[in-house]
Parts: sequence; C-alpha cells; structure tokens
Amino acid sequence: MKRHALSTRLWHWINAASLVVLFMSGLNISNAHRRLYWGEWGFAPEQAWLHVARFPGWATIPGYYSLAKARDWHVLFAWIFALSLLLFLIAALVNGHLRRDFAARREEWRLASIRADLAAHLRLRFESRSGKYNFLQKTSYSLVIFILLPLMILTGMAMSPGMDAAWPFLSQMFGGRQSARSIHFIVAWALFAFTVGHVLLVLLNKPIGNLLAMFTGGRIDETA
Amino acid sequence: MKRRNVLAGLAAAFTAGCAKVGESETFSALVDGAERLHRGAHRLLGGRPAMAREYSPADISPYFRGNGNTDIETDFYRAHQASNFAEWRLEVRGLVDRPLCLAMDQIRALPQRTQITRHDCVEGWSAIGQWTGPQLSTILDAAGLQEEARFIVFRCADDFRGVPYYESCDLDDAFHPQTLIAHELNGEPLPVRNGAPLRLRIERHLGYKHAKYLTGIEAVASLGQIGEGQGGYWEDRGYQWYAGI
Repeated sequence: MKRHALSTRLWHWINAASLVVLFMSGLNISNAHRRLYWGEWGFAPEQAWLHVARFPGWATIPGYYSLAKARDWHVLFAWIFALSLLLFLIAALVNGHLRRDFAARREEWRLASIRADLAAHLRLRFESRSGKYNFLQKTSYSLVIFILLPLMILTGMAMSPGMDAAWPFLSQMFGGRQSARSIHFIVAWALFAFTVGHVLLVLLNKPIGNLLAMFTGGRIDETA
Repeated sequence: MKRRNVLAGLAAAFTAGCAKVGESETFSALVDGAERLHRGAHRLLGGRPAMAREYSPADISPYFRGNGNTDIETDFYRAHQASNFAEWRLEVRGLVDRPLCLAMDQIRALPQRTQITRHDCVEGWSAIGQWTGPQLSTILDAAGLQEEARFIVFRCADDFRGVPYYESCDLDDAFHPQTLIAHELNGEPLPVRNGAPLRLRIERHLGYKHAKYLTGIEAVASLGQIGEGQGGYWEDRGYQWYAGI
C-alpha cells in the first residue's frame, strides 16, 4: 500500500506552491498599507494595533512594489488554493485518510502519552506507535488543514466588498472587516511558522526518503 | 556563504521568475479569468441586488480619510470652490435619449437616498461614513438609456499628471439601489478631500471605483475607446475593473 494517496500528493505540492505565491504576493499587498486594526474600520496610525515592517523586494511577488500586480497573483492563486483544498478534503473523506490518519485515538489524548510523544519528538524520533502519524503530527496537521487554511479563505473572502454584500455574516463573524484583515495577517504568519517547522522536521528525519515519498507515494513498511 | 544569503538569492530568483511569468499574455488571460470568476461567484452567491451592509450613526468614523487626489489646483476648480460650487454642472450624455446638464439645485431636488456604508480602499484601510444624494438610476431614467448602452462612464475634474481620472461600471451596478451621486458626507456638503461637490458611491466596490469631483456621466456601448480602454484611470494602470474583490 502507498504511504500517500495520489490525491494527497497532488494537493500537497499544489498547496505548497499556492501558499508560497499567496504569502509573497500578500507581503507586497501588506506594503500598500502597513497598519493593522481591529473592528470594522481603521485608517490612521492612532487606530492601529500593529505597525507592520516594510517587506523587502526579495520576499515579495512581484519583486518590486506593485499593488496591482500583487493582487493579480493573489486573486488568481486564491482560487487554486481554495479549490484544491476543497477537492483534497473530499478525496480524503472518501478514501478514509481523514478518519484513519487524523482522528487521534482516545488513548493518545492522555497526558502521559502526549508527554512521551513530545519527548520522542525532541529526541528527533518520529516513529509513531499507532497508525501513520503520532499525536503531535495529527494535532498540528489537523490544526492546519481544518482551522488555519479555511481561516485564510474565510478572512480573505470577508475582506472583499462584493463578497461582503453577498455574505455579510462572514466579516461579522470575525468582528468586522479590519479584524478579518488582521486575522488574515496573523494566520498567514502562523502558516509560515508551521511550514518552517514542517520542512525542518523533514530535513531532520530521513529527508530524501520522505521527500521522495511525497512524489512517488512511497510504501508503508509492513514490519513497523 | 551564509545560509541567509542563499535563501535570499533563491527567493530573488523565484520572484524574478514570477516577474517573467507576470508579464506574459497567458498570465494576464488567467488573471482576467480569475477576476470574472470572482465576479460571477459574488453575483451567484448574493444575487444581483445584494445590498452592501448599512451601519448605524454610532458606527461612523470620527473623520473620513481622503485618498488619491484630495484637492484640485486649477483655476476652474478654485473658482467653483469660491462660489461654494453653486454653478457646478453634471452633464449626462452618450447613448441617452435626453442629454442633461444638471445644476446642483436640480440634483438636490431629486428624490434622495441616505446610507451609512463602509468604504474599503484597495490599499487595505476602511472608513464608515453617511452619504446622501440621488440614486444614479433616477438620473439615468430621466435621461432615458438607449438599447445599445452597456456601461456608464464617470468623468471627473481631477487628474494625475495631466491624465484625467475616470471610472466605469456595468448596468447592474449603475441601477443598484445603493449607487448614488453623493453631494453630502455625514450631513454636510461633501468636503474637498472627499470629492466636492459630487462623487460616486458604488458600495460593492473598492474605493478607486468611487470617482470624485464628478463632471459628467456618459452611457457607452464599449469601454475600448475611452482612456486606454480598461475602463478607468487605475484599471488602465493594471488594477482590476471588477473592484469587488
């Protein structure tokens, strides 16, 4: 049996590419107005809760300041990002990936078990005892797939004036348009932090094999 | 070599690649497709007459930020400013049966709508204000739109380095109940920084669509012959014509 289903592998790389484009074009968009506010409105320095640094050209798409071009990249890849996530979730529901690999079993929720998992992680030992993923992997992947990624889509939609007229409850749910914008920014950096940790852990644990498996599908080791 | 430099180099190479892709025609076709998809999704999910949210007087921002051009330094505008815009005219022309030239008094005598809405700038900030003015649909009905008219073009007194500002919208937005020719902000005549004496309110769009310092309204069959053909000053400079995203 393959370790990663084809749908998982396809989504993983489409999602990785869209996140990179969305993040870097998002930094360019952030440069257009480098302050964040809470509530419905905000435009002046004294209303801001955060003054954001200017992001340098090498970190943005395009590599120079252009709000128009950055928005082109952002609204195009928003579709690719949102639709691929939707299709992946449907596939993962159908092929049992969600039920089998994401739901933590009851015994995994015990404090001693979580502590043991954490200790193993810190010693860079990643073999799980039950199923494909260990507890920390299950919770962090679930957090990303079920909470952070959907939050990016919903807060993004909440900022659009056309969408706000169609579905006003979206921005109200986040406490106003400027709150949605702030949450969009915070979650983007949370996803950046996850990606750094994710890549680091792959590099520390059989990087070549793990990376190849995400292309070829790999094999589940029956003796484990 | 420092790892930081390698990463920065990689990122720079990636963004340079993106810049190449970004200049291609295929990319601009994809972007136009995405824009239409967003517009289609908004209309599908909300229906054509979806209304922008309206707020209560308590929600109004302490003042309303002005952006883009916040004044016009021409003799023409200064003269009108000196007379409190008493002689300002709004021309209605193009594909209409009865071209109009409306004086401010005539505009104030039309049925008025007052709405408290949120203004979202493409840069990211928002402000809430109360706008008063006739609905654009009232004016268009008075002028009588001809069959071939597909778009409404808004002409303005301001310019950027000699290039006049203009905007345009489709008939769905032109006849939307919240689309106003506003002459009041928060119960006062429109301040100069917000587009005195007349500005467009087109509530389901970002700020650049809300043309200020209006001098004319023109019904047209296509946008190709106007400005650089993209339907607005900022659209001609790469911004999306559908400003609802």
